[in-house]
Amino acid sequence: MNNYLYIAFIPLLPLASFLVLGLFGRKYFKTFSGTVGTASLLASTILSLYTAYHYFFIDGKVNGVFQQIIAFKYTWLQFSPNISIDMGIILDPISVMMLVVVTFVSLMVHVFSLGYMKGEERFATYYAFLSLFTFSMLGLVLSSNIFQIYMFWELVGVSSFLLIGYYFEKPSAVAAAKKAFIVTRFADLGFLIGILILAFYSGTLDFGVLINKLTSIQSPEYLNITAASFLGASMLTWGLTLVFIGGAGKSAMFPLHIWLPDAMEGPTPVSALIHAATMVVAGVYLVARLFPVFSIDVTALQIVTYVGAFSALLAAIIACTQTDIKRVLAYSTMSQIGYMMFALGVSKYGGENGLGYMASMFHLFTHAFFKSLLFLGAGAVIHLVHSNEMKDMGGLRKLMPITHITFLIACLAIAGIPPFAGFFSKEEILLAAFNSNKLIYGIAVFTSGLTAFYMFRLYYNIFWSKEADIHEIHHGEGTFSMKLPLLILGALALTSGFVPIASLVTSDGAVLETHIDFGFSALPVLLAVAGILLATYLYKRENSKPQTIANSLGSLYKAAYKKFYIDEVYLFITKKIIFNLIGRPAAWIDKNIVDGFMNLLANTTAKISELIKGLQSGKVQNYALYFFGGIIGLAALFIYLWK
Amino acid sequence: MSEITVTHILFVSTALFFTGMYGLFTRRNMITMLMSVELILNSVNINFVAFNKYLYPGKLDGVFFTIFVITIAAAEAAVAIAIIINLYRSHHSIDVEDASELKY
Repeated sequence: MNNYLYIAFIPLLPLASFLVLGLFGRKYFKTFSGTVGTASLLASTILSLYTAYHYFFIDGKVNGVFQQIIAFKYTWLQFSPNISIDMGIILDPISVMMLVVVTFVSLMVHVFSLGYMKGEERFATYYAFLSLFTFSMLGLVLSSNIFQIYMFWELVGVSSFLLIGYYFEKPSAVAAAKKAFIVTRFADLGFLIGILILAFYSGTLDFGVLINKLTSIQSPEYLNITAASFLGASMLTWGLTLVFIGGAGKSAMFPLHIWLPDAMEGPTPVSALIHAATMVVAGVYLVARLFPVFSIDVTALQIVTYVGAFSALLAAIIACTQTDIKRVLAYSTMSQIGYMMFALGVSKYGGENGLGYMASMFHLFTHAFFKSLLFLGAGAVIHLVHSNEMKDMGGLRKLMPITHITFLIACLAIAGIPPFAGFFSKEEILLAAFNSNKLIYGIAVFTSGLTAFYMFRLYYNIFWSKEADIHEIHHGEGTFSMKLPLLILGALALTSGFVPIASLVTSDGAVLETHIDFGFSALPVLLAVAGILLATYLYKRENSKPQTIANSLGSLYKAAYKKFYIDEVYLFITKKIIFNLIGRPAAWIDKNIVDGFMNLLANTTAKISELIKGLQSGKVQNYALYFFGGIIGLAALFIYLWK
Repeated sequence: MSEITVTHILFVSTALFFTGMYGLFTRRNMITMLMSVELILNSVNINFVAFNKYLYPGKLDGVFFTIFVITIAAAEAAVAIAIIINLYRSHHSIDVEDASELKY
């Protein structure tokens, strides 16, 4: 076991770089801070690639099944003989895969930021926050204890808050940071209650033991948690649903998705890292981590499935109408995460039935690369034109050839065109959905057509549409450090579909046989091509057709453009209902009853002191007189009265 | 000529104590007040020596205490005079009645 201890350095190196840059960065490393952060992350990346190689190809497998390895465990807080919070490192296929994804995407973002953030006032702070985020995310991935994951979960939330609010002089960025923090905190409340329920019934916080106890049908813990019921659902369902609410908050699932589009106020590389590739898939990771328990509770899985599918569809519809390129990407992220969620939802545990689980992880893997590529490409575009709006872009294909090509690759990947990465993972998801639930399959296929349409709408609006206004462009495509990550990620978006995830990451660790069925793939690919052709017809040249269609759709288009008024509903509920019915009465009680009692005490004290304050005359001899008087009084007391 | 008993000595020390007390309460000059405090301390010293002589003739504890009290009185005088000098600098007077700002 000891030979795995070096894994601890993977999260600790970014932590060290956070501490160094956070404490000394602004003073001593002004311009080198990017290099420091990038170097520490490069080391982490190499270590995690080595870990992956070691785990997947050398000693992770016993009898053809990948084992869960606890590389390190330290009891941090002992509550009772069974319940303790441990700091541990867990190695299993999903955590090792996430390790690679997180460090790799983070490295790309670090490198990209060297050029993108150059000359920022708070350059060192930016890298310190990036390192903090990377540390927290790696800690989350490696957690072996459900409470440990919760702690890193919150750390991830806080670093996301700091990075969204990086431009804190912009009121919209401040509001977005607060919104993200409050919404995810609200969801985390559910997560915490879910943890408490699961820990109460299983009597442990350790993932391994918890899963063991709650999945064996004869164990007293399982019988207890399924026998106890509340509002018509068993406690197991409640616990899992509440945990899923936490995951849905972080992963921006409907109806807790409202923070994600606003989070685009942060610097674009941050969106690529946090709000596309890593943090937002934490919810998927959480469900996958507890998947053996989820898989025995049908109701909880149904919730995961329908929430995921509905989010995927809703986000895809909204994405078709947005004009801010980062918001389009944000909604597409939400839609793709919806795919991962319902893929988990339609899956079962073990063997061939675990196809959905494998597909979800596969999609997580490929999505991380092509979506961070899309965001970094968008970052390069924004860097050039200094605007997020589509109307300020167009015809950029000649000005930025590398961005153009890589962006096109990523669009083809997300649209699911073979042989790009997204095709393979999406096919697996669709197949899993087809095998278990036809309704979900229908939604998924329709959404994949929409995906192709809105991604190419974005692509044509940025790179084709009208001719670029050359006079307003002052500099070229960007520095080498900005182009390099685009090229690397582009290569991965092209090839990561060929990684044999099916033989590496499965629900029970055993190898899963997969094969591409071209007959099955025909429909989604045709729909995707249709989406692309429609986008080409509408957006390749600037014309009035899109506007005509929008007008003919009328209120439907307007509702989608306004994001189906979900923000407005939230505002109505909070401002009109919660503030008036709960906030104001609570404030009244606080002001009049709680404060009133305190004021009464204070006023009484003040009145008494008003009466006796004359004794404090400021004359030393008076004080001496009181003193001797007191002594004489005490002496008299002791001599005559103390019998 | 009768023998001097402990009562005689206690009369002296009590007289000295109340003389000091009277001075402490009636004088307004801080130096005089300091002198009165010294009188009170000395009456205590007399008590120590007297009780040591009459109650525990073979021991020296009371005498040691007296020496301690004298030492501390000297130190106290230094501190008190420092305070008085500072008071004089700020108030141009060493009358305690003039320094009565620290009140309600």
